[in-house]
Amino acid sequence: MKYTAKPLPPVDLPELRQVGKPLRRVDALGKAVGATVYGADYSMPNMLHAKVFRSSEPSARIKRLDVSKAQALPGVVCVLTSKDAPGAKLTTDMPGQTGRAARAGSDAPVLAGEMVRFVGEPIALVAAETLAIAERALKLIEIEYEPLPGVFDPVEALEPGAPVIFEPDNVVARWKIRKGDVEAGMAAADVVVENTFRMPFVEHAYLELESGVGWVDEQGVINIRAGTQVIEHFRNIARAVGVPQNKIRVRGTLVGGGFGGKEDITVEIFLALLAKHTQRPVKLVYTREESFIAQSKRHPFIITHRTGVKRSGRITAAEIEMVADSGAYPYLSPYVLLYATIMASGPYRIDNLHVDSAVAATNQPFTSAFRGFGGPQAAVAYEQQLDEIARALDLDPLEVRRVNYIKTGERNATGQVITSAAWLEESATRALEALGEQTPDDGPVRVGQGFASYFQSYGRITWFHDTSRAWVGVEMDGTVVIRCGAPDIGAGQANSLCQIASEVLGVPLEDVTIYSTDSAVTPLAGTSTATRQLYMSGSATLQAANAVRDVLLDRASKHFEEKPENLDLADRKVFVRNAPEQSLPLKKLIAMCAAEGLPLSNLALFTAPFTDGIDPETGQGDVFPDFTFGAQAVEVAVDTETGEITLLKSVACHDVGRAINPAAVVGQIAGGSHQGLGYALTEDYVMENGVTKTPSLAEYLLPTTLDFPTTQVIVLESGSGVGPFGAKGIGEPALTPAAPAVANAVANAIGVRIHELPLTPKRVLEALGKLGSSE
Amino acid sequence: MMQPGIVTLDVNGRRHQVALNPNVTLLQALRDLGYTDVKNGCEKGDCGACAVLLDGKAVNSCLVLAWQADGAEIVTNAGLGTMDRPHLLQEAFADSGAIQCGYCTPGMIISAKALLDRNPHPTEDEIREALSGHLCRCTGYGQIVEAVQSAAEKMGGAE
Repeated sequence: MKYTAKPLPPVDLPELRQVGKPLRRVDALGKAVGATVYGADYSMPNMLHAKVFRSSEPSARIKRLDVSKAQALPGVVCVLTSKDAPGAKLTTDMPGQTGRAARAGSDAPVLAGEMVRFVGEPIALVAAETLAIAERALKLIEIEYEPLPGVFDPVEALEPGAPVIFEPDNVVARWKIRKGDVEAGMAAADVVVENTFRMPFVEHAYLELESGVGWVDEQGVINIRAGTQVIEHFRNIARAVGVPQNKIRVRGTLVGGGFGGKEDITVEIFLALLAKHTQRPVKLVYTREESFIAQSKRHPFIITHRTGVKRSGRITAAEIEMVADSGAYPYLSPYVLLYATIMASGPYRIDNLHVDSAVAATNQPFTSAFRGFGGPQAAVAYEQQLDEIARALDLDPLEVRRVNYIKTGERNATGQVITSAAWLEESATRALEALGEQTPDDGPVRVGQGFASYFQSYGRITWFHDTSRAWVGVEMDGTVVIRCGAPDIGAGQANSLCQIASEVLGVPLEDVTIYSTDSAVTPLAGTSTATRQLYMSGSATLQAANAVRDVLLDRASKHFEEKPENLDLADRKVFVRNAPEQSLPLKKLIAMCAAEGLPLSNLALFTAPFTDGIDPETGQGDVFPDFTFGAQAVEVAVDTETGEITLLKSVACHDVGRAINPAAVVGQIAGGSHQGLGYALTEDYVMENGVTKTPSLAEYLLPTTLDFPTTQVIVLESGSGVGPFGAKGIGEPALTPAAPAVANAVANAIGVRIHELPLTPKRVLEALGKLGSSE
Repeated sequence: MMQPGIVTLDVNGRRHQVALNPNVTLLQALRDLGYTDVKNGCEKGDCGACAVLLDGKAVNSCLVLAWQADGAEIVTNAGLGTMDRPHLLQEAFADSGAIQCGYCTPGMIISAKALLDRNPHPTEDEIREALSGHLCRCTGYGQIVEAVQSAAEKMGGAE
């Protein structure tokens, strides 16, 4: 065995009754029997069906748009164009937040008027009595384009003379980090290693298509029932359709997968406009091909690392350049780039550091949030660079990392002190140990192992001043109700809140019911993004449940003539800790409280740390509440004759702080790993002159049951996170180390580095010199 | 112009007679009848979310025209069990962490049911083969395979 697990420092994690147990998630049975109603499953009496007419051109002026024939088709109720929604913008503000930061100009027209800037850009909306009529009407819309020069590469977009998509230039955002003295650090280096890495567009490919129903209710409120990660978009919808904010209600559904792709607005504004215009319920469901061209992608990045190192492996300086593609509209690109910039140098202590990053507009699909939010792209580059440093120095890859790993108490790239456990070596050695002895080569089939360490923030940027709210109450029979706006996007957000309340109030999980994701009736809890819901809404729920518990125990202390701290709640009872035979059913205690008018519910507000923004010249300042750390190790077999790569083993090890539901945590890690393995090996949203070459699930290859072995999951619990019970976030971090681990294993197998994802058979053969290079 | 025809659809033990154009897929027909547990993920047979049992065989309902199912026995996932009386497979999926967003689940369970009906003791490879037409974007499939194994054990090969 080459690697052995580094011993863990002692951790005192108290055994709890509900938290930490792999219970059946509260949303699981409804989904299992098909009772869960998603956005497309809902229908209303008298309902219309809508379709969206979209641009076929990546860059053009609209010379003529004539919807009269479509409008005249029997059964068509309306056709709306930009003239019917003058100036309407789709805004990707930092929704629901009270932050002082200005928006980064992330406005896109709801419907294109004079210009189209990407294939798939919406131009007109049709509402008709049936879906078939709406589809027919689309074909009757007449349009003439005047094609304009486009730009389809972010590097070209930044060059002088490139077609400019928005004046004054194609720069959507730039960030930089200036720390220490890079010149001196490079001069002190024994070796300087330089590499450039490229990553493609990636499609979210959530199974549930964008869909929903909109209607105007008896108060004149426009209701939108749709799957979304962000019900707080009701404010942006109100702005776009020109109604007061209290006249839009977003009733979220359980979401059939989001991964960041339902963080931006999808169908909501279209439904609101059509419902307002027709005063009838309207349903809109995208097709898969439409979903592919209409919604965001993961940002392609080109990342260059230049690293100065001592023979020992110690990094003396690093210069990193990043260029990303924002596509035609900014959306969340400025912030994705910020994440990538901050995480560019990885979980390593680098005292002399320059990072320069830019994200450029092109006539491509717009890019925005996707699980990891720039962190995975950064990791693909920095972890391959670390392996290349090891190769240049003839050192073990773990040894190079060991001398550079950041430790608790040290400062990261922006000068933020790491306050929680940073179990980097602990997680890497465990993943490597579990991977075991390397499988022997078999003729032309070469086997290699590789791993990647990472760190990834959880919780939003702290200068956004993030908040969440949750309401917890007990009913007269002792059951518990939670009301919390948090959307559940499949990751177990709702269940975690229930398990926390069940722990605090001493009832089994089945006694807890949650109402969530309704902008009008559930307290606003912020977005289900940024790996923030367990941290933010989990903390709000804990706070609210504890407030109710305090009332209950205070009343019980009078009954038992014991101090509240000597009492406990469990198994639907209140009891004296040292004398559990002295107990009272919870419902009797509740009745006593109710008889005295005591508050049996609580609305809690949880606030993340509020900080000022970073210094724009140096990038220095605190940016995140905390970070998750971990590693993944894989073994691959590469057929050097065909270029085929087979994943043989995969192990992921993450410190999750505290697992609220261990089965759900394993699911997050195994599933996140799988997405990351797809990123490494099969997924490539190919664009050619602004047109996708992978327009459906037949061309865009998601991993199936037959492609990869299940990732073995090792869960560590440091108890050091800022979330409830010491939890950290794991939703996004789970994906981050997978792709660089595969890239490192492939390089280890064939002895050559492939600098571009995905690692296809063609690229393997090119790297081995068995094909002419396509460059 | 297409002429609608009367199609008899026997779904989960209920009989429907509906007038449908010949180009209407079984997926569309079932969803319009309210069987919304049959999910639309691509309408091209790429994702498996719309799988139903057609005379005991798992098919993608988007690739079957409604009239082709005329008179056949159709079972959707909701026909296997309910919230108060779930099928063992449905319970196993709920208990094994096999469900995250849940959108692929009804189709997965249908193919698992068809597999266990013909092969009550499948190996892991046989389960993976049987589910290979179903895409899941959340789980990485491992817990889904475990759920089928666990259900097979509980069902003991006799149902």
